[in-house]
Amino acid sequence: MTQTAVTQTALRYLPLVLIAIAWEVAARLNIVDALALPPLSKVAVAWADLVRDGELVDNGMASLYRAFAGLGLAIIVGGGLGLCMARSRLLDMFVNPLVELFYPLPKSALIPVTVLWLGFGDGSKILLIFLGCMIPVTIGAYNGARGSDHVLVWSARSMGARRVRLMWDVVVPSALPELLNGIRTALALAFILLVSSELIVSQKGFGYLIGYLGSTGSYEGMYAVVLTVAFLGFAADRLYQLVMQWLLQWRE
Amino acid sequence: MDGQGQIVIERVNHTYRPPRGRAVLALSDISLEVRPREFMALLGPSGCGKSTLLYLVGGFLPIEAGRIVVEGKPVSAPGPDRGIVFQHFALFPWKTVRANILYGLERQGMPRAEREQRAQAFIDMVGLRGFEDSYPSHLSGGMKQRTALARTLAFDPDILLMDEPFGALDAQTRSLMQTELLSIWKRTPKTVIFVTHDVQEAVYLAERVAVMSARPGRIKAIVETKFGNRDPSILRTKEFVEKVDELWNLVRDEAIKAQESNQETKAS
Repeated sequence: MTQTAVTQTALRYLPLVLIAIAWEVAARLNIVDALALPPLSKVAVAWADLVRDGELVDNGMASLYRAFAGLGLAIIVGGGLGLCMARSRLLDMFVNPLVELFYPLPKSALIPVTVLWLGFGDGSKILLIFLGCMIPVTIGAYNGARGSDHVLVWSARSMGARRVRLMWDVVVPSALPELLNGIRTALALAFILLVSSELIVSQKGFGYLIGYLGSTGSYEGMYAVVLTVAFLGFAADRLYQLVMQWLLQWRE
Repeated sequence: MDGQGQIVIERVNHTYRPPRGRAVLALSDISLEVRPREFMALLGPSGCGKSTLLYLVGGFLPIEAGRIVVEGKPVSAPGPDRGIVFQHFALFPWKTVRANILYGLERQGMPRAEREQRAQAFIDMVGLRGFEDSYPSHLSGGMKQRTALARTLAFDPDILLMDEPFGALDAQTRSLMQTELLSIWKRTPKTVIFVTHDVQEAVYLAERVAVMSARPGRIKAIVETKFGNRDPSILRTKEFVEKVDELWNLVRDEAIKAQESNQETKAS
């Protein structure tokens, strides 16, 4: 990175630094109740403790496993489904009403349902995240594939591409920009569904830890976990955007 | 080599059925024979179905009535014997110039070393050396069409189908591309069907021009436009200007009819 790029990045995140300072000052001067909002420095100490005794890492790994398993399945199944729907009228007719019906449903309403089916462990969380993330991925793949330019398909066919090749060489890359946007939405949704399902029914994970620390009065620790989740969500999104930029470098 | 590149179109009709609205007869009773290695232009007003006819020969649209025989075989699907170049290039935007040109060669199963060499030869031929690794979005219109032309020529189809290939280019680039196409065609003669609504372009490039009528498209006349030596200097000769006039007279009535029927459609 050049010096100006560093300065620009620093300036961009300056508001966050200011809020952090305001937080510390407000808590130290008792402008807000120290119980409701412990000073940021104490949150940092609690964070270091949670890392040292392994709690944050253990619960974190459990959570990330659930999030990425659910998201990964949603990308494979939802992406495939969306592409096939765009190519097959019959499948489109059959699945589209289901997607429309399922789209506005708050996926958190399914938390008790997935628990009923798969119990309190990883399975129910992965299923919930999978179901929730499927929707934006499927819609992204479907719209992207439907928007693929027919002259590109014709060109590829005249050069000898058939069926699977045509799908892989033309339809998938045509759908890629919208598909990748759908996956980005799904990534954010995965974190939301993860924490809310763990808060309600779980014995490990970020959500469980937040709930547990909150209910036992360790508010510094609770904030530490909340900030960790926020940071991980942010980092995942930034990283994803870099991957997206790299995959779509042919545009502009 | 008998019949290589020959195209026979017999009594072809085509109805255009929009998803909403009523069906329109686009092509009516078209019969046309294109000889091996002939450069034929399809000239007509916009909406006369000349591109549709080209797509039928390409095998992209189903043939509903009549038949089209290419090199002795009835057309049923697209194939690498018929290369196509579109007005808006139809390059794969996610592939570089080189990868676009390599694509057809890969699909033909050409060994790697051979196809790399061949792709480079065609990149050089159309003057794109130095732009091999550029994506289409970074190229000018003329360079995109050169890439598209190289991509199609590289897999060596007997027949070249060109759908208003220079219609999206500015006047100077268009005239350069026309000359370039002629010189390529002289070196490696192929059967060409060249769709255009530009009379001068048709007369300059083609050996014969099939003039189509306004919708429903019919073959109104077939005019010989063979000139001894086709280089840009003929554009100012008396013969050339007279030929353009002759064809323009044939097309003008159709263009007016096409305009009137468009207005009717809008009014109703």
